[in-house]
Amino acid sequence: MKVLVKRGDSFQEFEVPRQPSQTVLDVVTYIQRMLDPTLAYRFSCRVGMCGSCAMMVNDVPRWTCRTHVDKVVSNDRLEIGPLRNLPVIRDLVTDMREFFDKWARAKGEFRGAQTKKDDFAKVPPQSPERVLVDKGIECIGCGVCYAACDVVKWNPDYLGPAALNRAWTLIKDVRDNQTLERLRAVAGDAGCHACHTHVSCTERCPKHISPTAGIAGLKRAVAKAVLQGEL
Amino acid sequence: MSFRTQAVLWVAQRASAAVLAVCVVVHLVTIIYAVQGGLTASEILARTRGNTAWLAFYSVFVLAVSIHAPIGLRSVCIEWLRWRGASRDLVLLVFSAILAWAGMRAVLALFA
Repeated sequence: MKVLVKRGDSFQEFEVPRQPSQTVLDVVTYIQRMLDPTLAYRFSCRVGMCGSCAMMVNDVPRWTCRTHVDKVVSNDRLEIGPLRNLPVIRDLVTDMREFFDKWARAKGEFRGAQTKKDDFAKVPPQSPERVLVDKGIECIGCGVCYAACDVVKWNPDYLGPAALNRAWTLIKDVRDNQTLERLRAVAGDAGCHACHTHVSCTERCPKHISPTAGIAGLKRAVAKAVLQGEL
Repeated sequence: MSFRTQAVLWVAQRASAAVLAVCVVVHLVTIIYAVQGGLTASEILARTRGNTAWLAFYSVFVLAVSIHAPIGLRSVCIEWLRWRGASRDLVLLVFSAILAWAGMRAVLALFA
């Protein structure tokens, strides 16, 4: 199969043999080990747990370790590039700093009121808040949603789906006590109100999370807080 | 612009969109129904002149447009032109005023 790998401003072409159950990460590894050792790429767990091997595969952001070549190859041809919307360090490796800085900007850290001297918080698993948290909590920060988002491309200040999803899960966490500060952080032109509900993040999330639903929840929460004079 | 104002603008755009959804449907259904019999300009004026219900409906329509369109253009300015800040908001405020003025001028011309 012909594999085009984005390197800088151009694509380099490689011929890679097809194998049964071959993943896109297998293809990249084959190129790096057998054809061109200077190719830079990032991976770790190889089993869809760490999220570090996400790349653009035929212009779609995917975990390469969990993407079988059979599912994405077109006319015996594959195009692989670094994740969109992030600065490229080299070849297929992107700089994720801005992505994670935005988590911090969206107040993505948990802050509870209890200390270690208090008893465990009891959160019923079936309570409405916890059910909503469960829907968004499995994010591993791979950046696929961020690369899929057109609003991030058009408005680089936009916090992006992952950071906003994180903020939403914390707002719905009954133990967290910085809801108003977080709503302030995620409101406005760089926050949840910039989302156009294209649903690309939800479409591409390998964990089947819907950041779109979380962002809609944030919009409602901010509107309610503003109209009630809390913000 | 404060995050509070931005949030209020978002609410205003959604609320005006809800009003416009009703107004546009009523407007389109009415004009399609009205032209079936081949109305003349004078027959239209005979129905609109002095009709306060018609005046109220189209005043709300114009108001909703002059709120909705500039807020939408605000996002377009950010995403297409990277244009932010007070100069953009001032231009959009003037645009909103022009929409309201031109719209109400047309409505009043058919009413009075």
